Amino acid sequence: MAKLILQKPKGFYDSFYRKPGDKENTHYCPGCGHGIIHKLIAEAIEDFGIGDRTIMVSPVGCSVFVYYYFNTGNIQVAHGRAPAVATGIKRANPNSIVISYQGDGDLAAIGGNNILQAANRGEHITVFFVNNAIYGMTGGQLAPTTLPGMKTSTTPYGRDIQNEGPPMKVVELLSSLDGPTYLERTAVMSNASIAKTRKAIRKALQCQIDGLGFSMVEMLSACNSGWKVDPKEQYKWMEEMMLPTFPLGVVKDVREEREGWFRETRTMTDEAIKQELDLTMPEPTIFPSELKKGSYHNPSIKLAGFGGQGILSAGAMLANAGMEQALETSWIPSYGPEMRGGTAYCFVNLSNKPIGSPTVTNPDVLMAFNRPSLEKFEAEVKPGGLLMYDSTIIDIEPTRKDIEVLPVPATQIAEDLGNTRMANTVMVGAYIAQTGIMAPAAIDQTLPLALKRKTMVDANKKALAAGVDYVMSR
Amino acid sequence: MSRILEKPRTVVSPEHCKGCGLCVMACPKDCLMQLATFNSKGYHPSSYKGEGCTGCGMCFYSCPEPAAITVYKKGAEYPDD
Amino acid sequence: MAKEFIKGNDAIVKAALLAGCQSFYGYPITPASEVAHAAAKYFPRVGRTFLQAESEIAAIQMVYGAAAAGQRSMTASSSPGISLKMEGISYLAGAELPCVIVDIMRGGPGLGNISPEQSDYNQVIKGGGHGNYRLIVLAPNGAQEMCDLTFKAFDLADKYRNPAMLLADGFVGQMMEPVAFPAPIEELPAKEWALRATAESKDNLVNSIYLDNDELEQRNYDLTAKHDEIEANEVMYEEYLTEDADMILVGYGIISRILRTVVDLARADGLKVGLVRPITLWPFPKKIFAELSGRINSFFVVEMSEGQMIDDVKLASGCSRPTHFYNRMGGNVPTVDEILAAVREKYTATAV
Repeated sequence: MAKLILQKPKGFYDSFYRKPGDKENTHYCPGCGHGIIHKLIAEAIEDFGIGDRTIMVSPVGCSVFVYYYFNTGNIQVAHGRAPAVATGIKRANPNSIVISYQGDGDLAAIGGNNILQAANRGEHITVFFVNNAIYGMTGGQLAPTTLPGMKTSTTPYGRDIQNEGPPMKVVELLSSLDGPTYLERTAVMSNASIAKTRKAIRKALQCQIDGLGFSMVEMLSACNSGWKVDPKEQYKWMEEMMLPTFPLGVVKDVREEREGWFRETRTMTDEAIKQELDLTMPEPTIFPSELKKGSYHNPSIKLAGFGGQGILSAGAMLANAGMEQALETSWIPSYGPEMRGGTAYCFVNLSNKPIGSPTVTNPDVLMAFNRPSLEKFEAEVKPGGLLMYDSTIIDIEPTRKDIEVLPVPATQIAEDLGNTRMANTVMVGAYIAQTGIMAPAAIDQTLPLALKRKTMVDANKKALAAGVDYVMSR
Repeated sequence: MSRILEKPRTVVSPEHCKGCGLCVMACPKDCLMQLATFNSKGYHPSSYKGEGCTGCGMCFYSCPEPAAITVYKKGAEYPDD
Repeated sequence: MAKEFIKGNDAIVKAALLAGCQSFYGYPITPASEVAHAAAKYFPRVGRTFLQAESEIAAIQMVYGAAAAGQRSMTASSSPGISLKMEGISYLAGAELPCVIVDIMRGGPGLGNISPEQSDYNQVIKGGGHGNYRLIVLAPNGAQEMCDLTFKAFDLADKYRNPAMLLADGFVGQMMEPVAFPAPIEELPAKEWALRATAESKDNLVNSIYLDNDELEQRNYDLTAKHDEIEANEVMYEEYLTEDADMILVGYGIISRILRTVVDLARADGLKVGLVRPITLWPFPKKIFAELSGRINSFFVVEMSEGQMIDDVKLASGCSRPTHFYNRMGGNVPTVDEILAAVREKYTATAV
């Protein structure tokens, strides 16, 4: 039923209590288009009954104080960022109706990418874009939508399209994207155009209410102060100056083709969350080591070789297993400039006290999987330390006499087992046998975590055992 | 006290009016005018001439101020003072 | 729960989800992209929001929106990206919105490189964004703390309605260590002030504009009072063998791990060296430095920067003791040996 009384809509606060001074009137200049647009929006909010769940986003510009007026949730945001903020709000609460109210400087200049991307994502928000071809609040400067030849405080000789380019046509620009659902340009300048704007605002909001996606209405609006024209002349000015550049009408409307949808919110049990986060490690079993051939306490281990030799995963095998044996462990891959060149390496620490530096200049143990690694890192091994190397593919011998040297034909052993890529696991087996730091079962237990291909677990268990056997039978 | 209006009318609140004159321009029946007097803010407020309103609401929608214009259509309840 | 052997970068994401973080808005940048990768994988799995934003600027503004709506929300980036986020950080602080920002620092200035540095200290501790605000900054030094301090960051952010940052580097992020994850958080703190799109919350306003000078001044006084409260209550640091120390090494993040080894080796050589490691960089642990300066010979600050935190050490100790400095930059992580050599030299030089 048509209303019998047209009065200040309930979408406005009864009293603009946040506004300093006068709580009854807006802060806008006489004749300003913002006030008319505010009224149309406030009326729609009332008529649609969405005030309680609407969040108005106040931009930077003359409409920075939108939150003085609308009887909704309110947020004030940085210049141009309203569509990004609106995205965060809407995603947080899919039931909310989020309105981004923006001027031309805010939306088309500093926030150009934000509006473009929000539109392209088809964000379920509604944007009311007030185009008055000028910056009002900051003192009448050039906007992206300023008209050719138009004088502003930063184009005192008129907008020169060879200098500033031509005016930006925002709805046309956005209409080239598949994302938006509803785009229309209207004007606030005559009874008929105001009626059309009123309708467009309602369509745009309904679009969001129905879950149909991104909607925006660009509204040509008067800024008689900025233009320096009398309010009584402002609509004539718009007709002559703005309409030739900014044609009115629906630019895109695919509401009929789209199906409404709403993001779902989900609650999960603790167990389900842990499951989904892969936090389902079983309590570990501790396997006492019985090998005890050597003794290297709290070793810092450097593993080095070509990329692709499984250097990093061999390190992970040791560290993973060490953790389950109640040791402090750390694993760190070679980092930064040292990643360049032929060798990849990682550091593993296994310790019964807190680990300080995860890397050291002089490791206790070096496992060299190729000749460059041996050549490069032999000198680093701490005196009294252990150097292991793959003697199948390294055709030189270490020269250090102050360290223990253990050649392991790891690639040969792995080939005998059917896959040379398991040389890394053979070496790990040899290492735990030589040092007695862990039982083979400890490594077996965590192999599935260290290996990318889970089908290789059993084969690697054999490779591990073969490495152990090689050392124990030496 | 209130009464049911038999004829529509528009009411301009002089203290809410900023005197931009947009309502005067918008009224298809030319039944609004700007007063020669000033309101407390120094504006010449608009005022209903007293005759001719059809309740079309054009003045209401043309007005940038939320509370400056109220339009009572035929049959509306009108608060008498 | 059993321990997980996990990279620091992954630990942040799992911890965030266990801490009830509901949305992650990010933008790719090495070396922080790993955090976004893990977030992209795990957030949707538990029904939370992951969105790659169009820019660093947009990502932090989406966090602003999500935080305003009452969510626990986060973003992660690396140094040049954090520079871009400074606009949003100032607005978040101005509007008193809680959120967590992860900075996996890299080499600078400019594009710099992708190796670890600690040269964002001034940017994140001393400002970066405009206005009088403070960022709560936590500096983890291993995977377990990447988890624990992520929890802590969300708690502090909510408690004080202030953005909190986890300041780490690619070294800590890449390192795998055992992590014991806590159980998922039972109940998130109520946020009466948030925009919840309900009748009850309708009168709420999220805002940082105060046109009236006196009002804005009062606003700043209120923020200062909050900052004072945080400084009084939330300082965290770790001491190692400081009791009888003549020289106190100071370092945060990965440097603190290296310094721990340096302390052990120096002690083995008979040098009475200890370590203070700030865990909260803001609030900075001022008191301990003031205290120590009364009974030690010198401080020795090590940073992967030109020397940024050292200013705070000097201020906190009133410049009352010689404060030595050793640094590496450009992505080079100082080795135990080079620090140890420098420590030996200065220790002898400042011995009483």
